[in-house]
Amino acid sequence: MQSVVRKCTGVRADFPVLRCVRALAGAALLWLSQPAAAVEPLPVREVAAGVYVFHGVTAEQDEHNHGAISNLGFIVGSRCVAVIDSGGSPMVGEALLASVRAITPLPVCYVINTHVHPDHVLGNQAFLGEKPEFVGHAKLPLALAARGRNYIEAAERMMGAAGRGLQLVAPTRTVSDEDTLDIGDRVLRLRAWPTAHTDNDLTVLDERSSTLFTGDLLFVGHMPVVDGKLVGWIAVTDELARMKVTHVVSGHGDAGDAWREAFDKQGNYLRALYAQTRAAIRDGVRLSRAVETVGRDQIDNWALSGLFHRRNVTAAYAELEWED
Amino acid sequence: MKMKSALALLVAGLLMLVLPAVHAASEDGSDSVIWGKVKTALVGERTVIDDEAGTVVELEAPVRAEDAAVVPIAIHTRQLPGGVHVTRLHLVIDENPSPIGGTFTFAPLAGRADIETRVRIEAYSWVRALAETSDGKVYMARRFVKASGGCSAPAGKDREEALARMGKLKLRVEDDAVAGQPSAVQLMISHPNSSGLAMDQLTRLFVPPHFVRRVDVTYAGKPVMSADVDFSISENPNFRFYFVPEGPGELKAEIVDSQDLHFESSVAIKPEMRGS
Repeated sequence: MQSVVRKCTGVRADFPVLRCVRALAGAALLWLSQPAAAVEPLPVREVAAGVYVFHGVTAEQDEHNHGAISNLGFIVGSRCVAVIDSGGSPMVGEALLASVRAITPLPVCYVINTHVHPDHVLGNQAFLGEKPEFVGHAKLPLALAARGRNYIEAAERMMGAAGRGLQLVAPTRTVSDEDTLDIGDRVLRLRAWPTAHTDNDLTVLDERSSTLFTGDLLFVGHMPVVDGKLVGWIAVTDELARMKVTHVVSGHGDAGDAWREAFDKQGNYLRALYAQTRAAIRDGVRLSRAVETVGRDQIDNWALSGLFHRRNVTAAYAELEWED
Repeated sequence: MKMKSALALLVAGLLMLVLPAVHAASEDGSDSVIWGKVKTALVGERTVIDDEAGTVVELEAPVRAEDAAVVPIAIHTRQLPGGVHVTRLHLVIDENPSPIGGTFTFAPLAGRADIETRVRIEAYSWVRALAETSDGKVYMARRFVKASGGCSAPAGKDREEALARMGKLKLRVEDDAVAGQPSAVQLMISHPNSSGLAMDQLTRLFVPPHFVRRVDVTYAGKPVMSADVDFSISENPNFRFYFVPEGPGELKAEIVDSQDLHFESSVAIKPEMRGS
């Protein structure tokens, strides 16, 4: 796996990042093909000492992937373990817990959700037995309350057995600005961001290994999805790209060492979306037409653009028509 | 006896004629219980004419909503021979918590009984435009839209900002107004237009409903278009419609929301004279 990763981050191909995602997705697919009876651990990779990451497949949730479509991770301290995002179903959450158990007997004391989206929170219930603190952005509870029921319905509709018996688990500890968690000789720095990808984005920095978990503030390969505020996300993308950290774990896909380039690429897409949507509004192009014309030059750069690009244009349009 | 069997035959024959049509309508799931109730509430026992050809009313809606909280909808209408015209439009979204999304009443000054807006759609649903005409008939255009969760998107996505801007209006005539010609108007209302959130068992959060319920547009003091709407209309309600300027006057929009807050905006119009 390591050699594949190194190779794909170094390749000067048209879309090195996409290739990279495909290679990593192989590991996820292997997990998906396992029999469902026993809880099979998710294949995780140690990206830095004591920092483990599962890379989800780039896809919509369905009955085959069980919602294992986002990146999940955990960090092991001397006292306990912090889990960062729990996956798109209890089944995925249980598999992630099995991965933790394969590495350490220490208890899970924190489950941190980087934002409200179902592929990051619906595995929470698998960790209830560990009695952790569930940690999220101060705006996460409201977002969960507003959308949760709908996320459960969508999970039932799209994921079959993996989507049944879902319950929402809200944060027991929220972050409105910054916070630190000590998991034993290891301090995690949490930061709540202004509205960007969503209105409840939270990042986690492991100081010891200088690893930043961005949640969906960074998409790699998978088209970025605007569910918060385009202008805000452009600013946050630029700020994150300048951070002095060694490793970056994105919410989807994997850029390896080329994470600054990944931020640039995401920034380029968001900026094109901004500029072209503004121009469409200025020229009196109506929303129903703008979704067909804006950013067509961008869509080949990303996976799942058929699912998300028009939606992004819609969100950008609704936001930018109130600018000025 | 003979009479009876002849009658039975006739009934059976009629059924044969009627059945395929009934079958077709229920097969596409459009004859739901909800729709039956909504229909009675809106137009009573009057027959609703399924206007598939778009003779009177056409509905534009995407097959699949890109963003279920912002689904663009356009209703276009045509005049019938003999000056019969559309006086009122109803927008119905069967599967929404409140299926009647809006009723739009058009005065002669509107010139054209067309409306464009954006709606929230909660689940895969039939969306209907009902057009009442001046001769008392009701025509319907309908589209099936695949969307889900539109009503549960948190208002504003950036709530504080949305609340700070609440009540700001943008009212503009799209092109230079020409006397006697229908001119397109866009009305934008900054408002969370939220259905609220019942006490949430999980988080103990409660958000009261707050939405625009009435829009009145006048020109030189005379009615153009009025709308009774609710939270099926997207956040920051957006309406595009027409008016016919005759002489100089003020185009004015007055808004009332569910908490009885009033907002208004107006724009002075000096139509060009053309073709005289």
